[in-house]
Amino acid sequence: MEIPKSFLGYKRENGRAGTRNHVIILPVDDISNACAEAVANNIKGTIALPHSYGRLQFGADLELHFRTMIGTGSNPNVAAVIVIGIEPKWTKRIVDGIAKTGKPVEGFHIERTGDIGTVMKASKKAQEFVMWASEKQREECPISDLWISVKCGESDTTSGLASNPTVGNLMDKLEPLGVHLCFGETSELTGAEKVCASRGATKEASDKFMKTWSAYNDFILKEATDDLSESQPTAGNIAGGLTTIEEKAFGNFQKIGDCKFIDVLEPAEEPKKGKGLYFMDTSSAAAECVTLQAAAGFNIHLFPTGQGNIVGNPIEPVVKLTANPLTVKSMGEHIDCDVSKILSREMNLSEAGDKLIETTLKVANGRLTCAEALGHKEFVMTKLYRSA
Amino acid sequence: MATDIIIHDKKDNVGVVVIEKITPNQDCKCWIMEDDSSTAIQSMDEIPLGHKIAMTDLKEGDAILKYGHDIGKVVKSIKKGEHVHVHNVKTKKW
Repeated sequence: MEIPKSFLGYKRENGRAGTRNHVIILPVDDISNACAEAVANNIKGTIALPHSYGRLQFGADLELHFRTMIGTGSNPNVAAVIVIGIEPKWTKRIVDGIAKTGKPVEGFHIERTGDIGTVMKASKKAQEFVMWASEKQREECPISDLWISVKCGESDTTSGLASNPTVGNLMDKLEPLGVHLCFGETSELTGAEKVCASRGATKEASDKFMKTWSAYNDFILKEATDDLSESQPTAGNIAGGLTTIEEKAFGNFQKIGDCKFIDVLEPAEEPKKGKGLYFMDTSSAAAECVTLQAAAGFNIHLFPTGQGNIVGNPIEPVVKLTANPLTVKSMGEHIDCDVSKILSREMNLSEAGDKLIETTLKVANGRLTCAEALGHKEFVMTKLYRSA
Repeated sequence: MATDIIIHDKKDNVGVVVIEKITPNQDCKCWIMEDDSSTAIQSMDEIPLGHKIAMTDLKEGDAILKYGHDIGKVVKSIKKGEHVHVHNVKTKKW
């Protein structure tokens, strides 16, 4: 297949391109959710991103909170942002961070005004933003403007046999075209960690990966009560035939094809070494991982599933693929790309990779994903430890 | 072309069932992805889609090889053609 050299995206002020044109209402903290949701309810075409945190956090955990908030607002799939927090200082810090992209952003704090006055002021600005954004047109953008993140979920043995290698085939074909790529799931590489480390493009990248994995593994061993019963692998994984974390890890690892990773990113850290594949230190929980990758600037996500994970994200479209014919049959409304014919040998891996590239470009051009049509907007902050 | 079982790597001692299920004493066609070769095995158990079958006799302490790599240890001996899963294999991690 001749791979198209462009897609239709929204060009942003900072030179990036979006696959979506969202106007978001971003609460700084848990207690500002009600206000943000009221604004989104008032002004059609905006979306609120409620979440559970943002108060009394400190240290690395607080830095991650700010990085996730600022990164989410800065993502090129977002045209403009309203930030609402209880206090002025942290609200301003997030507004100033997002403003560096050049996109319209305005902050409102609730203290000394109350919810009703804040909702009124923020709604007026949100209306202005959404009407401005609605004039934006899709334009031809080079395929290298795609930043593709990947993560698998509710995996089974069909993931390792077919749907994850399909993603790997797409990576092998798109990496030479200059796209940014990102995989994560630190804990789920356990058992395959040495093989994964050997795929660092430099010794520095390999060493950084081993350091990151070891730190995560030490934490898991410290907190684990038994054998991570039903968490790694999950009950769904086991029902699907996966027996051990090592088996799951080698299956997971098929997603990167033959690519080598050029750097290891902190959670929600924006890649800075140019095109190519990055590893990000993330949890293996679907919504947490996708939220971190979206906050790092990735604008389209590929999600292979076995037993049928249904996750979505409010700003980054999540494209689902599966090779499990029972999942296609029983949960077809969640599957954007069916590659189950690999198992019956009616489709080879390269054909499956081509089919996934076609689906990815359709979605990049504006076709809704199953998760978008079904209203999946899971926005889940990663919390490193308890608050003060 | 159709196959009942797929084996990733020719070093592997397990294969994955890729039809809805196989039944005891079924003669199964196996495809080895790595070198595109074929083999056959008779099953001893009923094994559902996605679950593993032993391609050889395995004793306690043996390593299960899949993708050409060690994915866990045998904790209860397994005969060729039997179902391989959490009842007879455990992780070497955690």
